[in-house]
Amino acid sequence: MSVRESDLRATAARLLETGSVAVVIGYGAGTLGRRRPVFVRAPAQAGELVFDDECHQNLATYLLKPEIRRLGRPAVVAIPSVLRSLVQLATERQLKDGDVLALVVGDDGVRELADLAAVRQHLAGLPGSLHPAAKTEIARLSAMTAAERRAFWSDELSRCIKCYACRAACPMCYCERCTTECNRPQWIPVASHGLGTLEYHLMRAMHLAGRCVECATCSRACPAGIPVHLLAVFAEESVRRQFGAEAGAAGPAYALSSFRPEDQEGFIR
Amino acid sequence: MIIGERYQLAPKTLEAIFAALARDGVRVLAPRRVDQHVALLPVKSLAEVALDAVQASGSAKAAVFPPVEQLLSFTGSGQDLRLQDPEPTAPPTVVFGIRPCEARAFKSLQLVFDWDSPDTLFDAHLAMTTVVSLGCTQADEACFCTSVGGGPRDTQGSDLLLQPLQGGGFAADVLTAKGQALLGLAGELLPLGPEGMLEPAPEVEPAFDAARLPEALEAAFDSPVWGEESLRCLGCGTCAFVCPTCSCFDIQDEKRDGGGRRLRCWDSCGLHQFTLHASGHNPRETQGQRWRQRVSHKFLYFPERFSAAACVGCGKCARACPADMSLKEFLRALTRGR
Repeated sequence: MSVRESDLRATAARLLETGSVAVVIGYGAGTLGRRRPVFVRAPAQAGELVFDDECHQNLATYLLKPEIRRLGRPAVVAIPSVLRSLVQLATERQLKDGDVLALVVGDDGVRELADLAAVRQHLAGLPGSLHPAAKTEIARLSAMTAAERRAFWSDELSRCIKCYACRAACPMCYCERCTTECNRPQWIPVASHGLGTLEYHLMRAMHLAGRCVECATCSRACPAGIPVHLLAVFAEESVRRQFGAEAGAAGPAYALSSFRPEDQEGFIR
Repeated sequence: MIIGERYQLAPKTLEAIFAALARDGVRVLAPRRVDQHVALLPVKSLAEVALDAVQASGSAKAAVFPPVEQLLSFTGSGQDLRLQDPEPTAPPTVVFGIRPCEARAFKSLQLVFDWDSPDTLFDAHLAMTTVVSLGCTQADEACFCTSVGGGPRDTQGSDLLLQPLQGGGFAADVLTAKGQALLGLAGELLPLGPEGMLEPAPEVEPAFDAARLPEALEAAFDSPVWGEESLRCLGCGTCAFVCPTCSCFDIQDEKRDGGGRRLRCWDSCGLHQFTLHASGHNPRETQGQRWRQRVSHKFLYFPERFSAAACVGCGKCARACPADMSLKEFLRALTRGR
């Protein structure tokens, strides 16, 4: 057990002991050497928490689930993408300020960020939000011709079985009724044939434009190894370039939910 | 070659079989590496096959129960509706290099698809499919074939079982006429002599007593373990989609001007929408209820109807799960009484 882990366990036990939170959402030991989400609700259970470089999954996804909300006020072990998710979810009115206690585990101990101001302040001290490996890959794809890029995505998406793990793992895909499930009219074909998978992934990327926190949890969740995060990160980057807005750092408005009457495109009026 | 006999199969001879299959336009599905990932994909040569992978992520059921399949097409509308059966599209297929656990799943699928009235599309695919399984030389933490009646060198569901030999090449057990025909593509082979030593099979320690499961599941129906275990479940369909025995599907009509087609598409009991009624009511509202259904269907309801579990212990669901849900771990705890 590392010092970081022992600090985290002690913090979790104290928070549960004092009743300031009802559950600590963190990472525990899983099978096959992986980490799995754990929901610690008693001080004695705090020993299940682990923290190391294998903790990748964006745990913010669980904060909006009814089963988790019913447990009471949560603390969440917060890697940077979780912090960005908290800001973006609050911006989208899915979380209230102070609903969640973020626990940032570092070598200097566990920092408890109790409100959005504290979360924002901590985020400001972190490096830029973009996944560096994703940026390299997007540059590679951007250098391709349109036909090459289409071939790349056709090949990748041909393995998609539409299990929706990408959507289920994503903290921003919280809609109770996804466009994919609308059938009057049926916007997106349900079948995992070429059109059905392409339209689903493009729709998802468009809906994440200006909202994606670039955690790449979607790609890690994919059982077919498709780099779906590149679509969302590309859309996110485009919005940032064109509107100067960044998910998880936005003010009260974000690109997908706002417009200006003086926009040059006529359709908006 | 004789059914029931074991032959010596050199890699070069196996390559010749692949070449013959490619020449004849036979689709060969096998574990193939894509970046870090091993998927079950079409291959043209032995060199493309990831022989060292414990398992491919996707399921070989796709060969007989495709993710999307056309059931019928239609033209016109109202009183003037004309239905048309689909053109038979079952291509000759060899599923190569799946593990013996997964080969056992074809039987389980057949029990469902041919249960009351035979499913002609499924049957056509099955008739055209030859299953060549590859005996295991390694197992991982997700494996539990021996808890559900299988084993690393089991033969059920295979037409041909290959087992790696010490020093290279394979022992080929001819199990059916299909396996005989496939091996025949290489010309005459020599029976495996006493000098042919098999690579040892891995130990897969039994994780639970499957015979105890129906009783344990009945008793646990109202237990809080379902909700507790599934707190981390994200509610996607991955486990069912990679499962070699899961057979649930959804019917979708795709309508275009003047007609359309009816498709069946894989579906999963893990998804919220699976049991959602048109009224908005959902009889399985929580993820715990959905997890209970998944486990109970495999180990209680299916055995009640068919006297066999709908699980082959391949562990694909656990390896693919983004939240590390493990049937093996859960069933071990359940049968030990917690």
